Amino acid sequence: MELFVFVVAALMVLGGALGVITRSNPVHAALSLVLTLFGIAVMFVSQNAQFLAAVQVIVYAGAIVVLFLFVIMLLGVDESEDINVEPITGQRPLALVIGVGVMGIIIAAVVASKDMIGHRGDGIDTPTLESADANIRQLARHIFSNNVFAFELTSVLLLVAVIGTVLMARRVKSTGAGK
Amino acid sequence: MSSLFAIDPLLDGGLLWTPLFIIVIKVLVVFVVGLVATMLMVWFERKVIAGMQNRVGPNKAGPWGLLQTLADGTKLFFKEDLLPDRADRFVFRLAPYLALVPAFLAFAIIPLGGDFRNGKAGIVTLFGHQTRLQLADPPVGVLFALAISSIAVYGIMLAGWSSGSKYPLLGSVRASAQMVSYEAALGLSLAAVLLVSGTLSTAGIVNMQSSVGNWNVVATGFIPFFIFLISATAEMNRPPFDLVEAEQELVGGFNTEYSSIRFALFFLAEFMNTITMSALIVTLFFGGPQPISIGNTTLDIPLIPNGIEGTVWLILKVLVFLYIYVWFRATLPRFRYDQLMDLGWRVLIPASLGWFMLLAAQRVGRDAGWDQIVVTLVTAVVLILGYVLLQLAHRVSRANREKDGASF
Repeated sequence: MELFVFVVAALMVLGGALGVITRSNPVHAALSLVLTLFGIAVMFVSQNAQFLAAVQVIVYAGAIVVLFLFVIMLLGVDESEDINVEPITGQRPLALVIGVGVMGIIIAAVVASKDMIGHRGDGIDTPTLESADANIRQLARHIFSNNVFAFELTSVLLLVAVIGTVLMARRVKSTGAGK
Repeated sequence: MSSLFAIDPLLDGGLLWTPLFIIVIKVLVVFVVGLVATMLMVWFERKVIAGMQNRVGPNKAGPWGLLQTLADGTKLFFKEDLLPDRADRFVFRLAPYLALVPAFLAFAIIPLGGDFRNGKAGIVTLFGHQTRLQLADPPVGVLFALAISSIAVYGIMLAGWSSGSKYPLLGSVRASAQMVSYEAALGLSLAAVLLVSGTLSTAGIVNMQSSVGNWNVVATGFIPFFIFLISATAEMNRPPFDLVEAEQELVGGFNTEYSSIRFALFFLAEFMNTITMSALIVTLFFGGPQPISIGNTTLDIPLIPNGIEGTVWLILKVLVFLYIYVWFRATLPRFRYDQLMDLGWRVLIPASLGWFMLLAAQRVGRDAGWDQIVVTLVTAVVLILGYVLLQLAHRVSRANREKDGASF
């Protein structure tokens, strides 16, 4: 059962990922990304991490990709792009190097931890009939007590990113920019 | 195995034939009830609006015009199915289903009946198996509804984009901005309910609301309910937030290019969403299938067993909200786009966040044994301070924009 779910979800993830890089229409690429995200959500569910699955769908599929699509539609770049044009010189070779590098790191990580594959984590509360929220309670307790500092720092990081974006996007007329 | 899909006593002890049979029946019932309810909802809406506008409304097909929707649906089936030349064929065909499926999925987590009195938690016995009268009770509970409502935007958005013409595209751009904006307020007002209930499961949330004083609408202090009602209306693109299909500006908005059965699917999805959202509001704030009881007196419907009585109460409560939605449509003029964004970002999100902080502070204060009045007062002062700062920021940004000569 678990193998079956894994195979289906993995096919979804890989198919979506291939779609993202091969479709020339940006909207189709974004939709393929949704497929990938759903596949990951299915994997979370099969690993008993339902909360992560829900958050994955709400945040990534429900908000982030919707914003991608919003920008694509608003800017009207939804016609097929000419992929022979290289926007930044040296982008393609660099992308190849980084892609191979990341793949190497992931393979190294899998090989280094191959003893842990198929090994379930210890001390994880799974939801039961009596307390359906056991898993979420445990997660919340960990985030908001043991790791509250890292959590707050992450939120500050996001806030800084938002404010930075607004500042950069805003054109101040007095400096001569804009019109 | 059992915890993979849902927390349900039915699934304990592996999959057997009888539980499987019960689940198939449940799926069928939810699907058929959804369709029939949608059909009746369309009739109900047309009839009530007609009444409010001094008209008769549909009255020819069937008794009181009840079969009008069926007649319209049959007619739509036989209409020509148009596919615009510039449409993106695959996405154009996919979009109606993306709109329809979430509307049905969200219905799966709503407790449709059962006996919640005396701590029975809505568990009934069917064919010797204990189960709940709800299709699924996933461990993430209400978050599932939130996830589904955030997926629902794709149907409308892709319908408008794939039509390959200007007005539908404008409609879908509006839709995506609107639904993402109101999603935040929806989630924050939902969080207030979760804070009071202390559980994510819909059955658990219903179970907590044993009497009118315990109903979440009272327990969360009314404000989250109103915010939820408004943002749910915006999520569904119902009037007064139907900018997505604003007939006067955008012809028909996202569904301009759709005809025949594909158009009918959008129509179905919209009304199905109305029913699902009303049921969700009743579940979250008004005790779902719980009977109305004040103190120790319970309003009991005689002659009906308690398990079925829950369904009756649920239908009665949902009807109230369906009527309210129709009433909105007949009464309120459509919002302008900037008014919509102002309401969402400047009023609803800060208000729901502030109210959530207030509830959380009271809860912490109760656990720590502080004086509730002091806690509330201090929180209120902090919130008012925050509000004043927010208003100041708005004023400064407005002044800056005016200095830059922006026109808005």
